[in-house]
Amino acid sequence: MKKELIELRVNGRSHELAIEPNKLLLDMLRQDLQLTGSKRGCDDSSCGACTVLVDGITMLSCTLLAASCEGQEITTVEGVSERGGLAAIQKAYGDWGGAQCGYCTPGFIMTVKHLLAENSDPTEDEIRAALSGNLCRCTGYSQMYQAIKAAIDAEQRGMAAVK
Amino acid sequence: MTEFSIIGKPIAMVDAAGKTTGAGKYTDDLCLPGMLVGKILHSAYPHARIKRIDTSRAEKLDGVVAVVTGKDAPTPYGILPVGHDEHALALDKVRYVGDNLACVAAVSEDIAEKALELIDVEYELLPAYFDPEGSMKAETDLIHDNKPHNIEKDYHHVFGDPDKALAEADYVAEGRFIANEVTHAAMEPHSALASFELDPHTGKLGRLTVWSSTQVPYYLQHKLSLVLEMPMAQIRVIKPLVGGGFGGKSEVIPLEIIAAIAARAARAPVKITYNREEVFWAHRGRPRTIIDLQTGVKKDGVINAVKARVVQDGGAYCSYGVVTILYSGALLGALYDISDIAYDGYRVLTNKPACGAMRGHGTVNVRFAFESQLDEIAAKLNLDPAEIRRRNLLKPPCITINGLRVQSYGLPECIDQVVERSKWKERKGKLPRGRGLGIGCSHYVSGAANSIIRSDMPHSTVNIKIDRDGGVIVYTGAAEIGQGSDTMTAQIAAETLGCSLARLKVVAADTDLTPIDIGSYSSRVTFMAGNATLRAAEEVKKQIASAAARKMKCPPDELVFRDDEVYRRDLGGEGARATHSEASASGRVEGQILRGSLQQKRKDEGPKDWMTFEEAVVAAIDFHGALTGTGSYAPPPEARGGKHKGAGVGPSPAYSYAAQVAEVSVDEETGEVTVHKVWAAHDCGRALNPVSVDGQIIGSVWMGLGQALEEEMVWKDGMLMNPGLLEYRSPSAIESPEVEPIIVESIDPEGPFGAKECSEGSLAATIPAIANAIHDAVGIRLRECPFTPERVLTALRAQNKAKPINLTEGVDPTAPTRFREHGGALWFRGKGPERHPLDPARQKATAEIGGDD
Repeated sequence: MKKELIELRVNGRSHELAIEPNKLLLDMLRQDLQLTGSKRGCDDSSCGACTVLVDGITMLSCTLLAASCEGQEITTVEGVSERGGLAAIQKAYGDWGGAQCGYCTPGFIMTVKHLLAENSDPTEDEIRAALSGNLCRCTGYSQMYQAIKAAIDAEQRGMAAVK
Repeated sequence: MTEFSIIGKPIAMVDAAGKTTGAGKYTDDLCLPGMLVGKILHSAYPHARIKRIDTSRAEKLDGVVAVVTGKDAPTPYGILPVGHDEHALALDKVRYVGDNLACVAAVSEDIAEKALELIDVEYELLPAYFDPEGSMKAETDLIHDNKPHNIEKDYHHVFGDPDKALAEADYVAEGRFIANEVTHAAMEPHSALASFELDPHTGKLGRLTVWSSTQVPYYLQHKLSLVLEMPMAQIRVIKPLVGGGFGGKSEVIPLEIIAAIAARAARAPVKITYNREEVFWAHRGRPRTIIDLQTGVKKDGVINAVKARVVQDGGAYCSYGVVTILYSGALLGALYDISDIAYDGYRVLTNKPACGAMRGHGTVNVRFAFESQLDEIAAKLNLDPAEIRRRNLLKPPCITINGLRVQSYGLPECIDQVVERSKWKERKGKLPRGRGLGIGCSHYVSGAANSIIRSDMPHSTVNIKIDRDGGVIVYTGAAEIGQGSDTMTAQIAAETLGCSLARLKVVAADTDLTPIDIGSYSSRVTFMAGNATLRAAEEVKKQIASAAARKMKCPPDELVFRDDEVYRRDLGGEGARATHSEASASGRVEGQILRGSLQQKRKDEGPKDWMTFEEAVVAAIDFHGALTGTGSYAPPPEARGGKHKGAGVGPSPAYSYAAQVAEVSVDEETGEVTVHKVWAAHDCGRALNPVSVDGQIIGSVWMGLGQALEEEMVWKDGMLMNPGLLEYRSPSAIESPEVEPIIVESIDPEGPFGAKECSEGSLAATIPAIANAIHDAVGIRLRECPFTPERVLTALRAQNKAKPINLTEGVDPTAPTRFREHGGALWFRGKGPERHPLDPARQKATAEIGGDD
């Protein structure tokens, strides 16, 4: 398939890219921009490891055409770190054991980021519902809830770091 | 001051930031210049002879660099020395739908996939075997010619006199239990990248480097050497981050060897990453197991004999099968005190993907049967299920009838803890109908005392290097797969050396750099690699202490290493050390690099009574030269088990213990089981990092919950019906119950700081705890897991003496019988075996094939 030139904004930077019109956003991020934080865990939107934000909304980049995101703001896990330090949620995921093998973690971080942007103080049921689109095979999720609560506390205390 | 400054405290894993920021690299994230994409052609038939493979059309496609088939690497291999029955690419036969036939290396994935369509394969179809009990009767068309009746291996063990003991029993429970097949479904699909260097002397292909998502880099190096016929010293295996293993990456998976064969043929780096469907075909999960179990007890609930006949549906290749079937029998021992055991185990070959090792290897399904039956017995004898378990405890230290040595034994405390926390006494049997409590116990090895390759080699070796900057580098072959192996290594080294974690850098699992370690499986890393780390650190510490002691004018054993300082024991109170901390705040030592080499030594400073860690290190390097240490671990001979055939599997230097109580409710209208809470106590010896131990316990419970309620590989004519994460249905955040992890520390006499395993032992208790809770809730005894709504409803109807529902009665015979049927790529491309016996197309096919369904 013939490549076409598109312009995409990823993590606040514009990129001019020549890609096939059928190229998936996930492949574009991983192969063309070397942003390998977003992972491929399945091929059919069932695991959530490839979750990114498109204009602030969680999308599964494994089933989204890159070309369809022209003019939109894409945020990947690489865009979450704040001012060169770990964001509260990233620090909390480490401290509370929210990440074990870490393969699903970037997807979860994006999902949680979206959740907290919509609802700064979610209940446990709301957290569970929000996370239910992402699969993790290691943690049993419990420690993620603790991490999310810790991150909310840290945010509320206005701190960049949790401990 | 507490006993330890690093261990026992919850800390973030040393590689956590890489994982939460996406900066950490997994195999599929790697990219080399000129790298090609490899794609594998899989068999569409469960059992067929390959008459011809023609790759010429594929080779001509523009963008295809190489196509390889079985002829390119005809040497068989397998993870066990007794099971070299696999070829990276099939030579003469395919043995399951998904078996590997050929691999295309091309410049892009699209081209490689297109090329796969251009490979012509001519098959001669053979009768296939899908049911283990049917397969055991096979006389002809065997799956492997050297395995009569398709039995991979059978073992018949008798300890004591079980027949006599059963005859003397006051009550004998008997039953058949079935646990269906489950798979690891690790989030990261298998991936391997292989690249050759040119040899400067011969000008030909030289060293091979393989990056792979593996739990066993050294076994991979060994098998690559075997199949590629290259010396091991010419092969380097590097394990980047691994996105979960659970046993699925604990052996050599075909793509790892295929990538190397393709790279050799293409003269370019080749990366192969499985898609999710291929991961299901690669499988190596927990086999479907049929357990016929008899337990005899005295009136007081004391078990006097157990007889078990276990049949495992092992799939088409040996894999870890011989070990799995042995674990199923061996670990009937070492949990309770049982004096007479008879075990008949059959590992059977069928035309399905090979089963292998999965979390709780070999023990989980038998434990489900045993703990369920124990519950039945308790009910029969009118005993509290927790009490009957207490009446059968071991009295350690002891050696069980089947030769397993038990030293630390936290099971009694585990039972006490879960009984107390769940308010068992007040609530068990007293909840309203539909809601119930159940208990289950389990155990697991902290590493196998005998390696799968018989040798006198230590199971783990660790090297430590400390330089003048005070940085400590630990080289370990242990494979971090998300369980926290690198963090454990850093913690043990830092605690022993008395330095901060910030000084530690762990270099792991790179066969060029790190000393050999047999890998991350059978929960061996903390115990074995941990002990090796401890010994290496102690060796280095001894060197530092002797130099520091000279400066401090005291015997080396008078020195205390702690919190980045070295001080004399008699002077090292809290108060004295507080004044020192400012001095080392800058973290730099004057003359760190130069002292001792170019700079003149200062005049004698007089004896010191404390030093910073860096000063001590600099002193030691001045005194000894390079500062390195090495330590290794081999299990002691006393822990290596008995002498009978198969005695090598089961023995471990230490066992972990677990007890769990599950609270469930059962919807009698829909058959749905909801788990509300699980209290999970686990004896891990000592919790080196409590947050990780909690995580492992919760993760185990949760994986057990998946097998108990939802997960099942559904087969139809050898075709996997649910090869996708949605259809396979591992539980999501919505279905996960609250788990209360309870750490029990029995302080093992041989474990590093007393630690044992913590990541597998808990899994096996969850399934029977849930089964027993379902019984408590609605009075049905489920003997087949997972406990799906269908099975629950069937049992409820049987309880009410109602006619069972046949969900597919009167429906279109070709229609899917299960909601989550999916069938995968082959199905949709019309390449799978035909769907149903009544399907006319299939009747034609079966006439040709024969068949054993």
